[in-house]
Amino acid sequence: MRSADDWLALLQEVPDPEIPVLNIVEMGIVRNVDCQENGVLVNITPTYMGCPAMDAIADDIRDKLTPLAQEEGRKLQVDLVYAPAWTTDWLSDGAKAKLEAYGIAPPGKTADKRALNGEAPSVRCPLCKSDRTEMVSLFGSTACKAHYRCHDCSEPFDHFKCI
Amino acid sequence: MNTRFEYLLRLGDDALILGQQLGLWTGHGPVLEEDIALTNIGLDQIGQARAWLSLAGKAENQGRDEDRLAFHRNQEGFRNALLCERPNGHFGDTIVRQFLFDAYAVPLHAALAQSNDAEIAAIALKSAKESAYHLRHSRAWLVRLGDGTEESHEKVQASLDLMLPFAGDLFFSDEVTTAATDEGWGPDPSDLRADWEAILSDTLSEAQLRRPDAVPEQIGGRQGRHTEQLSFLLAEMQVLPRTYPDAKW
Repeated sequence: MRSADDWLALLQEVPDPEIPVLNIVEMGIVRNVDCQENGVLVNITPTYMGCPAMDAIADDIRDKLTPLAQEEGRKLQVDLVYAPAWTTDWLSDGAKAKLEAYGIAPPGKTADKRALNGEAPSVRCPLCKSDRTEMVSLFGSTACKAHYRCHDCSEPFDHFKCI
Repeated sequence: MNTRFEYLLRLGDDALILGQQLGLWTGHGPVLEEDIALTNIGLDQIGQARAWLSLAGKAENQGRDEDRLAFHRNQEGFRNALLCERPNGHFGDTIVRQFLFDAYAVPLHAALAQSNDAEIAAIALKSAKESAYHLRHSRAWLVRLGDGTEESHEKVQASLDLMLPFAGDLFFSDEVTTAATDEGWGPDPSDLRADWEAILSDTLSEAQLRRPDAVPEQIGGRQGRHTEQLSFLLAEMQVLPRTYPDAKW
């Protein structure tokens, strides 16, 4: 019988459908794994309420884990939870480094709520590492990103919104 | 009357109708960034609608889920505020409508986050982050257009004159909202009005816009009395699931 940690390790093999360099555990989408005699319950939480990837993520988890759970005579259940609300603070430093290497400027800390309420924090270009960047739009290619450009290398890039 | 169902329906329908309207901007934004921004905001609204309507379905306990509620109710069954069903108009009209709504959604979600109902509080805490972000965007555009060129100022002033009379519906009070405060589910929207007014007056002054003279407020959405616009909107939104009720993605 696999333990909760074993299931969690398996979940780390499920990539985020929008940002495939990160897995759904690193993203903070997997909140809890609860193992019972007859069942395995996985709680996931959305980055944004309307995130269209949530159904795909739940399906990916079921595709991967259902046959393994069945081998043990257990039933897999994937539940969506809203609390506590997802925050970019759950992205580890390692995950942020992977994001930057992938070309997405990682979020800063939300502690002072600056990003949410007004002043744009300085964002480093993930390509040439310049700090001379500018926000083009508060909204980007997915619900979780904003759109920036770099004044030094002139390239546009995504910035992970800080929430 | 199932007051809990009614209260949740109002929250869900505001988000659903506004989200549907913003989705209509897909491919029609004045610039690519705004096309993306408006539809992203719409996506957040649809996500919030899904959560509220799912909870409403549970409160009703008649076996209706969020899709059933969204796609198989007629106009008189909808409880959205009249502001949300105002047509998109031009970009300035949409921005004013969004700003008036966001300035209500921010104090609303803050108050709902204090709910004694854990499920309501959880959705509200999540939504609060999104509504703060939306307000930042709609407010910035209102200031940019109001304090922009002579033409942008005149157009957005006209948008404000047009939209404001419909905003009062957001603050409608009745036995449903009384039940919500008595039971501790959430605020009576009329108690949010002072916060909304503060955001409004601060923003209008920065945007160099004039608050229109007092006009009679249009009330009715919470009781299912809607403008003709909603029927056209529902026809487009509901046609597929109503024509093919068993269709699956």
